[in-house]
This record gives sequence, C-alpha cells and structure tokens, in this order.
Amino acid sequence: MHLFIEIQHIDKIYTDKDNNANTVLEDINLEIPKGQFVSILGPSGCGKSTLLSMIAGLTSASSGDIVVDGATVQKPGKDRGMVFQEAALFPWMTVTENVIFPLRKDMNKKQAVERARHFLQMVQLSNYAGHYPHELSGGMQQRVSIARSLAMDPAVLLMDEPFGALDEQTRSRLHGQLEKIWIDTQKTIVFVTHSIQESIKLSDRIVVMGTQPGTVIADINVDIPRPRDAQKQQVTALEERIMGLLKGEIDKVIHEELAYEARR
Amino acid sequence: MKPAVKRLIFFAALILFWGLGSHFELWHETILPSPFSVWNALIAGFADLTLVYDLVASFRRLLIGLAVSLLIGTALGILLARSKTADDTIGSMVLALQSVPSIIWLPLAMMWFGLGEGAIIFVVILGGTFVMTLNVRTGIKNVNPLYIKAARTMGSNGIDLFWKVIIPASIPYLVTGARLAWAFAWRALMAGELLSAGPGLGYTLRYASDFGNMALVIGVMIIIGVVGAVVDQLIFQRIEKNVLKRWGLES
Ligand SMILES: Nc1ncnc2c1ncn2[C@@H]1O[C@H](COP(=O)(O)OP(=O)(O)O)[C@@H](O)[C@H]1O
Ligand SMILES: [Mg+2]
Repeated sequence: MHLFIEIQHIDKIYTDKDNNANTVLEDINLEIPKGQFVSILGPSGCGKSTLLSMIAGLTSASSGDIVVDGATVQKPGKDRGMVFQEAALFPWMTVTENVIFPLRKDMNKKQAVERARHFLQMVQLSNYAGHYPHELSGGMQQRVSIARSLAMDPAVLLMDEPFGALDEQTRSRLHGQLEKIWIDTQKTIVFVTHSIQESIKLSDRIVVMGTQPGTVIADINVDIPRPRDAQKQQVTALEERIMGLLKGEIDKVIHEELAYEARR
Repeated sequence: MKPAVKRLIFFAALILFWGLGSHFELWHETILPSPFSVWNALIAGFADLTLVYDLVASFRRLLIGLAVSLLIGTALGILLARSKTADDTIGSMVLALQSVPSIIWLPLAMMWFGLGEGAIIFVVILGGTFVMTLNVRTGIKNVNPLYIKAARTMGSNGIDLFWKVIIPASIPYLVTGARLAWAFAWRALMAGELLSAGPGLGYTLRYASDFGNMALVIGVMIIIGVVGAVVDQLIFQRIEKNVLKRWGLES
C-alpha cells in the first residue's frame, strides 16, 4: 500500500497576547496508507482538532510538513473533505442545495443534482432533498454533511468528532452507516474522537495521543474482524489496554484543571 | 384568548372611553375632539383626496429615501466589516451620526437642496442609512466561523465565499437592519414633512393644526401610527420571523 498522507515533524505553538507560548502539538509523525480508516484518539485539548484542521489546510503548522497524495498541503482543497462536530450546513439552502454547493463549478446543475441524489441515497435521506436543515434532526443533519463531503469525491475524509453531539442510539446507527460507506467508497478516513469505544468499533488503526504537549503515545493496529459488535472479548481487551495508556494523560488533564482552578 | 382578540377588545374599550368622555363633556371638543369628529375629518379628507395625495407623496419620499439608505447602508456596512482602517475611522463617525436624530440635518439640507423634495428625502436617507450600516457590519462580523471553514474545505474562497456564504449568512441582521431603517426613516420623514411644504401627511398635520382643525390633526396622527404599526408588524416582523426560523436562530 502506498503512503497517502504523510505528517512530518509537525509542531504547533500558539502564542497568546502576553506572548506566552503554548505548545499544542510536538513532533507529530504519521504515515497513513490509502484506504485506511484511522482514528485519532485522545483526551480533549490534546490537539486532535488542530491536527485535523492542518490536514484540511485550515490551520498552518508552526513547523513540519503535511503531504497528501504527493502534494504538500498549503490551503484547503476539495481533495480533502471535512465533517465537523456540528453539521455546518448552510441554513438558507435546502438539503440538495447544500450537497451541490461544492459541485457548482465542476459540473452543470443537472449533473450536480443527480450526484447529490446519489449521495443522499447513500445516507438514506433522499426523501429530504427539498427540506431545510432546521427541519432535520441533528443526526440527519450530520448525514447530509457527510453526503456533502462525499459528493465532491475527496481522496480523504476528515471527521472531527462527527457524532459527538448525538445521542447514543443515533450515534450507534451512524457508526454502522459510516462503516458501510467506508467499505463501499474505499475512502481514506481520518476520524478524530475522544471515545475509546467509537475508535475501536470503527477503525483499522488507532493513533493514541497524549496531552500537554500533544504527542503520539501509541499507534495500534486493530485487527479485530468486522462487525466488531460480535467480538466482545477482543474489544474489551483492547479497550482496557487503551484505557491504561490514557489513564496517565487523563490524570494530567485533571491535575492541570485543578491547578487552574486553584490559581483563580 | 388569542392576542388578536385581546387587542381588538382593548382598542374598542379605548375608543368607547374616548367617545363617552366626549359625550359627557369630560373634556372640551377643542382640546380633544370626539371620535366621531375625527372619523368625519378622515372621511372628508379621503373624499376630497387630500389624504390620498398626502399618503402617495409621503410614501414616494419614503420609498426613495429608504431604498437609497438601504443601498448606502449595506455598502458602508460591508466596507466597515472588511476594512479595519475604515472601521476605526468611518465606523466611529457612523456611531456618532447614528446617535443623533436625522432631522437636525434639515436646515443644512434646505440650504443645499432648497425647500422641496430633495431636503426631505436627504433627511430620510440619513435617518435609515446608519442603522442599516451598523447591522450589516455586525451581521458580517458575526457569521459563524464554522460556515466559513466548511465553505473553504469545499473550494470556496475570496469573492465566491463572500457572496455565496458570508452575505447569505448575515441575512438575519440585514433584515433587522432594514426594519430599523424603515422605522427611523418613517420618523425622519414625518419630522421633515412637518417642517416643509406639502403634500404629505406631516405637512397636512401642521396645516390642520395651524387652522385649529384638531379633528384632522388626530386623524392624521392615527394614520401615521397605523401605517407605522402595519408596515412593522405585517411586513417586517413577519419576514424577520421567517428568516430567523429558517436560519435556525429561533425555534
Ligand atoms: N486558535 C487558537 N488559539 C490559541 N489556542 C488554541 C487555538 N485553537 C486551539 N487552541 C488550543 O490548542 C489546544 C488543543 O485544541 P484542540 O485541537 O481543539 O484539541 P482537541 O480537539 O483535542 O480537543 C487547546 O489547549 C486549545 O486551547
Ligand atoms: Mg476537538
């Protein structure tokens, strides 16, 4: 398998107005082959969103390079679709208009609408093509947002805790749908989450991040056969292993928060 | 009880009280004419078409003034939102201008444009422009950054991003700006007309007052109030409500 995304020596330092440097990411190195479903797992604040946003080209690194399909990332592009925690649908557009938004310049309206229909079918929302986002539930909005990203046929799908704001049942249903979409489209997916269960359920590989500063503390291949709901034992074993890895990190976050409270 | 029914009963009671007060001469007809005199004055005014001409003239000035103020206000608002320098300089002037009633420009406007239409329309334009400017500016600055990020990952940037995402995303503010601009312009128009030559509702109000026709004075006041309320509630608030709902800002 050839390397598709190469993250090389990425650092990210934010400087606040008092010139205090906050190192969010330190020397991140990752190589992701084409077609892989990789989760980036870590406690909140460890820099997952920042890293994903750099792959998307929305944030620049303080140093290091990100190469996607042979080209260094400079700015956002349609080769990298992004799904955010909130659906980010445009409320003034119908579902179809939202899905064809990225397609406007590449094809005529008729083709774009046809394509939108195809991807709305994939997320089982073709009956809602004419609805406005405010008429849909959170889970439906998120599915439209996935369809919108898929419609521009990106090489990589970047997902930043896409199901984090949804209720447990909806989330579990969308896990199934996403797994199927991934198998059908063979996209490379970089999936950010802070949920151990979610990462084990979905991914080929879990990159575990530690915090302060954000670094990769483990890179785990998940070779549990799918569907994984049926593999309780292996799933639980892996869960415990990752829990152990993260325990120190979570303690670090709590410790930091307590120290912060004490300072106030 | 429905709000509309409550409202109806309230106004009926108010007019009844007013009518009874006049009937039993709790106050003198020259101080507060009875509802019947006001009604008759209105009928007479509409029958000889003076009030019709007044309404047409007032609305013509208002529409011209409001249209120009919405255009200038939007352009200026975009400029202030996009340019920090413009915001720091012109922006502070707009804030100052917005805080004064635009009618204070009338003497100057009369020097520049003479005693006619030009001066009143100028005052109406000034009445509506700045509140529109400030709302457009705020709307653009408050666009959810998530929309912008999402649009950029979908290949939109520069002018396309501005017209296809930022401006539509600010429409709730634009609508509120337009509603407030209308309210300010309507007040400015009435003030301007009171102080200038007719026809026009404000002019007729002063004319009636000069001739001691208090019934017509009150009749015209009622027309001005009703027009204001009807345009605000039936047109602007309705649009605003639909927009807020669609934009997901109100359930
Ligand atoms: N634009 C920014 N300016 C300053 N600090 C930021 C900015 N974005 C993120 N951070 C900081 O970087 C750290 C990591 O944030 P983030 O990538 O959102 O973490 P995660 O997604 O893992 O929860 C946090 O401490 C956050 O406060
Ligand atoms: Mg995050």
